[in-house]
Amino acid sequence: MTGPRISNLCVPYLPRGVRLYDDRVRGIRVLLAPERAMQLDPIGDAILSELDGQRSMAEVILTLCERYNAPVEQIEGDVHEFIAGLVDRRMVFLAAADEVTP
Amino acid sequence: MTQQTSPHDIRGNPVRVGLPMAMLAELTHRCPLACPYCSNPVELARVSTELTAAEWGDIFRQAADLGVLQVHLSGGEPASRRDLTEIAASARDAGLYVNLITSGIGLTEARLRELDGLVDHVQLSLQGIDAEMADWISGYGGSFARKMQVAEWIGQIGFPLTLNAVVHRQNLDRLPEMIDLAERLGCRRIEVATVQFHGWADLNRRPLMPTREQAQRAREVVNQARHRLRGRMVVDYVPADHHATFPKSCMGGWGSTGLNIAPDGIVLPCHAAQTIKGLEFQNIRDAKLTEIWHNGPAFNAFRGTAWLPEPCASCERREIDHGGCRCQAMAMANDPMATDPVCSRSPFNARLRAEAEADAASDDVALVYRRMSREKRT
Repeated sequence: MTGPRISNLCVPYLPRGVRLYDDRVRGIRVLLAPERAMQLDPIGDAILSELDGQRSMAEVILTLCERYNAPVEQIEGDVHEFIAGLVDRRMVFLAAADEVTP
Repeated sequence: MTQQTSPHDIRGNPVRVGLPMAMLAELTHRCPLACPYCSNPVELARVSTELTAAEWGDIFRQAADLGVLQVHLSGGEPASRRDLTEIAASARDAGLYVNLITSGIGLTEARLRELDGLVDHVQLSLQGIDAEMADWISGYGGSFARKMQVAEWIGQIGFPLTLNAVVHRQNLDRLPEMIDLAERLGCRRIEVATVQFHGWADLNRRPLMPTREQAQRAREVVNQARHRLRGRMVVDYVPADHHATFPKSCMGGWGSTGLNIAPDGIVLPCHAAQTIKGLEFQNIRDAKLTEIWHNGPAFNAFRGTAWLPEPCASCERREIDHGGCRCQAMAMANDPMATDPVCSRSPFNARLRAEAEADAASDDVALVYRRMSREKRT
């Protein structure tokens, strides 16, 4: 099922119509998207909370490594797998690095 | 003592109540189109009984407090409400994810710009791939041209868009072109939904029932499109019930994740639930949403699986499909507790299949359009 690997130079972002939400009734974090509501575990929440439409995959991975004091190899795999699944479902978009407006 | 207050199903078994995720808000049954498969009940709610924008605002707050995450603003045609912007704003204020389900007819560019920032996502219905088909099916001349104009405005403003292609025998052969159109319009998603033969659609079974060959071909088209469009457009598919071996899990389980509010305030476990005689439905004007959801007899009637009779009770799939659709059981078996006749294990399945085959073989093309009976306009 794995498609071509996402470049670490790409800038991932939540497109319009996809947003993180604090579900205060259930006490969980969810990703809301067209016809979808996805419960996030703490790892998924941490990854998506870093997507600001400015920083590349590589920068997001490094930030998470520092925050969780974890090796790059481990974080990189988690981030790529998680983001790739959401790209397939059109819940995360990818911009090429040169498309990002400063 | 607890027996009277704890929720119980139609046979008196105790039930566990979860929290709803999604709410369908039918703002009105008015619609300029007259699609012969409309999911609204054959008895349409009158304009004079419609909930006001203020009442909807209160409902949205109650829904968010109850756990609803997404609201689908639907109808009828929601754009037939002049106060649609006010209603959408109150849904957004309540913290809900707002999905607008529309035919596009009645939406102006100015109205769409008002809704910018209030509506998260738009679902645009598609009746056919060209004016000839779409205007015939919708019973409204010029609807296709108008819809394409609206789609262009939606794209310019930047709303995420899903195309809702409703398919049946008359248009299913043109599914590849529908998928191409969705791609051209920049849709993130297309939902290909085969007509569900309840209510109005049941009156049009002969012209609309797809053939078995069409259903098989549609499955192939969808699978190819999913592969080709991976990462670009999501293709969701609701296949024809009548060609399945097992029923769908209707609503993901009765009273488990979704609810529906009719234009006049009746709160329903599903949009067709009023076809089930003997159930007692409550109105949001008379009770709080949390009370109706947790203790409403109609919501509890078919919750869980303890009420299921045979062959469902001992079926290994009972937690998967919960016996299927109650409305379909009512329609064919005249018993809302019966196994969905779509199931190959239902005693009514042979009859259902034979009727579907006969309807699909019909060359009848006369449509019974969905129209509201006359009333004084307010």
